[in-house]
Amino acid sequence: MTTPRVRVQTEDFDLSAEVAALRADDPGVGAVASFIGTVRDRNDGLGVSSMELEHYPGMTERAIEAMIDQAMVRFQIRAVRVIHRVGTLKPLDQIVLVVVTGAHRHEAFQACEFLMDYLKTQAPFWKKEHTPQGARWVDARTADDAALQRWGISAANAPNPITPSPSGRGLG
Amino acid sequence: MKVDVRYFAAIRESLGPGERAEVPAGTTLATLRDQLIAQSDAHAAALARGRALRCALNQTLCDESALVSDGAEVAFFPPVTGG
Repeated sequence: MTTPRVRVQTEDFDLSAEVAALRADDPGVGAVASFIGTVRDRNDGLGVSSMELEHYPGMTERAIEAMIDQAMVRFQIRAVRVIHRVGTLKPLDQIVLVVVTGAHRHEAFQACEFLMDYLKTQAPFWKKEHTPQGARWVDARTADDAALQRWGISAANAPNPITPSPSGRGLG
Repeated sequence: MKVDVRYFAAIRESLGPGERAEVPAGTTLATLRDQLIAQSDAHAAALARGRALRCALNQTLCDESALVSDGAEVAFFPPVTGG
């Protein structure tokens, strides 16, 4: 396989093309799970006209590669592709893509969610939103730390300590 | 020893993309942070102890007890918000 598993890019991506490439020539695949995160026009009570996504070139790719390595060990899956955009994005734009192929759906679904939970709190990306009241850096959410903790990984990102919450409210 | 310090997001906006720092042997990320805080008012504000900050050593997330070595790449940044 010459295509890298992780891409950080300014350009948009095409779900169909990525799925086709990932499952090409692998007749052992019986399930493909994917997640796409997109830019909302509202966040924390304010309209969002655009956002800028910054990353740590080199470290970001390495961190996501390490997450994929963990997913391959934890779940019975066959291949993974992660694409994350950086630069200026507007509402409706795609931000992030995770695609997982596997023999069966359960492990593919799980690995896809695991990778997103991991990425939200452990991959060095930062969002700055432009709102009618000016630009602001997005705050990290403790709910995202709690989501990762469900997988048995405790690595707090958000400033406040994790308080156990029975609901998954606020995820995603 | 010399280390490369890099800043991202809100901290980069205050202090620029990074700088070289000269540190004694046995320096941890915590003592490096304190040394930088003492450097200027802008550093003191951006890297203030009350502020949530994460750090990486040679492009791997770590805590502030990690020891830096000569030529290391160190980064300080706010909690991450990708995805």
